[in-house]
Formats: sequence, C-alpha cells, structure tokens
Amino acid sequence: MFRPLILASTFLTAGLAATVLPVMPAHAQDEPLRIEITDGVIEPMSIAIPAFHGDEEVAAKVRQVVADDLTGTGLFSEIPAEAQVARPGSFAEPVSYEDWRAVDAQALVTAEVRQMGENISVRFRLFDVISGQPQGDGMQFDARAADWRRAAHKIADQVYARLTGERPYFDSRIAFVQETGPKSARIKRIGVMDYDGKNTLWMTNGASLVLAPKFSPDGTKILYTSYDSGFPQIRLLDVATVTSRALTQDAQAMSFSPSFGPKGQSIVYSREQGGNTDIWLMAPNTGAGRPLTDAPSIETSPSFSPDGQRIVFESDRSGSPQLYIMGVDGGEPVRISFGDGRYGSPVWSPKGDMIAFTKQVGDRFHIGIMRTDGSGEKMLTESFLDEGPTWAPNGRVVMFTRVTPGGNGQPRLHSVDITGRNMRPMNLDFAASDPSWGPLMQ
Amino acid sequence: MINAATKPALLMALLGLAACAQPAPQSAAPVVDPYANTGGGAVFQGNVATGSLGNQATAEYFRSEVGDTVLFAADQTTLDADARAILARQAQWLNSHGGFQAVVQGHAEETGTREYNLALGARRASAVQEYLVAEGVSPGRIRTLSFGKERPAATCSDESCWSRNRRAVTVVSEAGPGA
Repeated sequence: MFRPLILASTFLTAGLAATVLPVMPAHAQDEPLRIEITDGVIEPMSIAIPAFHGDEEVAAKVRQVVADDLTGTGLFSEIPAEAQVARPGSFAEPVSYEDWRAVDAQALVTAEVRQMGENISVRFRLFDVISGQPQGDGMQFDARAADWRRAAHKIADQVYARLTGERPYFDSRIAFVQETGPKSARIKRIGVMDYDGKNTLWMTNGASLVLAPKFSPDGTKILYTSYDSGFPQIRLLDVATVTSRALTQDAQAMSFSPSFGPKGQSIVYSREQGGNTDIWLMAPNTGAGRPLTDAPSIETSPSFSPDGQRIVFESDRSGSPQLYIMGVDGGEPVRISFGDGRYGSPVWSPKGDMIAFTKQVGDRFHIGIMRTDGSGEKMLTESFLDEGPTWAPNGRVVMFTRVTPGGNGQPRLHSVDITGRNMRPMNLDFAASDPSWGPLMQ
Repeated sequence: MINAATKPALLMALLGLAACAQPAPQSAAPVVDPYANTGGGAVFQGNVATGSLGNQATAEYFRSEVGDTVLFAADQTTLDADARAILARQAQWLNSHGGFQAVVQGHAEETGTREYNLALGARRASAVQEYLVAEGVSPGRIRTLSFGKERPAATCSDESCWSRNRRAVTVVSEAGPGA
C-alpha cells in the first residue's frame, strides 16, 4: 500500500521543507515504541543509527548531528558501528529486523542525504525493531546546503518526539552573553547560537555592558538591558537585521530585567526609581509603561505564564527574596515559595505546569523547579553559584549559568533534564552566561 | 535605611567630626585654576598648598582624599558610622565645588542573582544620594545607577573580597556647558 508524496507541513524558515515519504509496508501499530521519561532510574533506549546513504561526506555529517542530538538527551544509547552486523544496501531496501535485534537495537534510524548544488535533500525513516515495523511515516526535508545542521536537528526532533511522546526541541536557538576580560571589568556581548552551541552570530559588539537577553516568543526579537547610555535601560533587538532601539530612556529611572509575554504583545520588566524597584508592564510598540506592583520592597525578575494571564516574580517584601504570582493586571500577589533560603529569577515553563528558579541556601546555589502552587519543589543542581534558568521549548530541559569561584572564575552554560539527570556543560570555546532558550523553529 | 528621626542629630555630630578631619579652609579667596569650570558660579575654597594633590577641585582629589566609597553589610543598605563620616566629607566637598556633578554607583557582591543585585545596588546608591541631599547637596546634581554584581572591586570569592564589593562609589565630574 503506497501513497504518493504528500506535503505534510512546510518549514518556511531558512528554506527547510518537509515532505512525508511513501509509507513502508507495515502492520497496524497499536503500541508504538516509547521511552517513558519519569523520575525513576532510566535505562536509555538503545538506538541504531547506521551510516546514512547518499552523498557520503554530507551524509556522515548529518548522521553525526542526529546521533549527538539523541544521545545528548541521556535518553538514548547509540549502538556502536562496530557492533552493527547489517546495513541495508540502499535507503529503499527492506529492513532486516532480525539483524538489528541481534545487536539489541530497540529503534533504528535510516536515512539518505543527497546534495544537489546549493541544496540538500534528507530522507529518513524510524523503525521499531522490537515489534518489527516502521514507527510513523518516513519524511523528507529539503534545505539549503548551508542549513544541513538544521535538517539534521529536524530529523532528530522527529525521532525524539515519536519515541518520547514529548514535543521536540533540537531545532532551536539560544541567546546568551559572552564574557571576556578580567572579572572586575568584564566585556559582555550578546550572541545567538544553535541549541548545541554551533553557528554563533554576534548581536552586540561589546562596547557597552549588556545583560540578560530574552528571546521573543517567535524568536525574531531579543530584549536586553544595556548600559550604552551610561545607565541601565531596556533595548529591543531585531535578530535578522542585528539592529536595536531603546525601549526605555527615562533619565530618572533604571529599567532592567525585561521579558516578553507569550504573544510578544507586552513586556514585563523592573523599573527602579529613588532606590525602589517595582514590576512594570509595557507595550513594545508605544513604549508606554505602567506599574503592576507598588511596594517599598524589591520586585524583580518577572516572567509571564504561557497563557499570558499571570506573572511570577521575585520580591523581598517578606524580608528575604521569595517567589510570588500575581495577575497580569497586578493586584495582591500570592507567595509560592516557603522553603529555607532565598529564591530568585523564576521562569514559567512553556508547558505552564512548572516554575524553574534560582535558590540560595547558605553559601550554595541551586537551580530548582516547583509546581505553580509552590508544591513539589525539587533541586536539580548545586554549586558555588548557579543561576538564571531558561526552559527548552518543550519544558523538559533547563539551561542555566554556572559560575566557578575565585578571581579567575568563569561562567559556563549548563543544561539539565527536569528529572535532575543528565547535567551537561555546553561545549563552547568561550565563557558565557544568561542563556535564553528560543522557540522551536518552523 | 536611614532612620529619619535620628538623622539630624547624627548629621550634626558627623559634621563636627568631618570638620576636624579636614584641613581648615584658609581664606575665601577663589582659587584660580585654568582647568576648573567656574562658569557655574562655583567658589572654590580649598587651598592649593595643602593636600597631596594640591588642587582640591579635581575628581582625583575627591577620589583619593575625600573618599569616594562607602561599604555595606551583607544584603544591607544601612549607612554605618564609617559610611556616614565619608558621606559628610563628600557632601562638604560637593557643597564647596558647585561646578561638579555626582553619579553614585551602587554595587553588590557576587552571591545573589543578577537581577536582585541590580535592585540592591540601586537601593545602596539611593541611600547615599539621600544622605548627600540631607547634607545640603542639590538633588539635581546627583544621579544614581546600579551595577549590581557586574563590576566587583575585588575578585576573590570569599568575605574578604565580598565586603569590599558591597559598596557605593560616588564619581564626580565637572558639569558640562549648560548643565
């Protein structure tokens, strides 16, 4: 039973187009292969990703990125090439499930990569080796050759989503601050890179101190705090054109810690006047702001809920920094953190169910998560100084800044699964802080 | 925070202290200094013959002789006796050097989140500004900003450095034309 090529969905950005491939002859699937992500000890799913067919050089590069994406989650272990006894002679050749069972593969990814001038075409299939059938449709991604990494991330995203049941996140980008120079006079500039640290683009030149970039929900804009006027003010950056403009310029007030609402239509931020910091709301087009809190205490680090109805923030109104939630029109906030220690930089999960935060207990720092009512608090990390969590677009992984102590101390980006497993430093050749994870790209 | 009820008494006491600590101004003769901006109606009463730097009407004199930095306890914005003594001297200098403006930079130690430390540094800068204004400096001459934990004075990661980074630094500069 074959059906013709169907345009399943179009990935417009960067010219990535996806097509569903003809379905392989298969039985009806009632229980797809699935790795459950739970808090318990997890046995990674063994996956075989034999050499991709097609044009050897680009096929090898794409295969490596797919393998790195999947194994980097800690959820999959790759069957080494030496152990593999079978490789189909072509992409279209039927899979010999017995051969893959023999090496204990549970899942199998096959693919073909063809380069035609400035373009590449990548086709892949995923198989459930245990039950001996394809898992989902084959797909074809067409892209500019320069976007081969994105095509690889798209394949890995499909495999991850089908095998975990979660939304994917590999084809996404991170905004961050690169740090150079001595600790007492850091030079900071904003960059954007792929989620795996590749393809860095610089957004500012280091001439002004810049802090805490935050992606817009569509990934086209970045909010940040800049000292370019000599005083901290909020700027809005267009990623494609690398141009920015000031959103606040009140000489009597310091504005900082901005972040977008879920539709990008509003911005919450901290505004300080006369030593007192409150939360304000602004429309980015007009720049007109109004206060949401009016208290003599410090109110900062606001973050919208994904439905745009609530805002979580940090306040020391109780005497120490704690987390509070209020409605989008302000009103009386509800305190949600009650543990020992000082809480800060809360960020609402894109799924809406959790809040990630920074917590200081004694002289140690943690990245933690809790439900939005404050229950289920769990620490994911511990070090001299961890701070500033940001959520992967699927709400499964948190990235943050870890700073090492001392005069030569450096910030490094790390990521951790919300189960607390799979803590990994980002593989970058520079020091970096303040990550902001952008959306899954289309 | 400054306790408003006790402040006047403290100010009186500190003014006396500061006056003793400073070399007494000699005469009211204006200092003629080609580098000083006298257009703003400033009258400089310092004596060029005293002090290691000679000319008191410089940012460098303010930094090294008057004292530009006050320190704070962990997570605090209260001005202790040492801080108030330094600020009394700063106010006295600013009051006698009207051609200068001040920017008070608030700072915090590295422990604590970036955003909270920005807000904490702003509180510290504001506490200094309030004190200087209470001592007679025109509010329009003083701006504040916070660097949070971005610009530590000392870079080790223990209390010996953190105590030096919990600070507010008053930076003076000559007012530009039209200021």
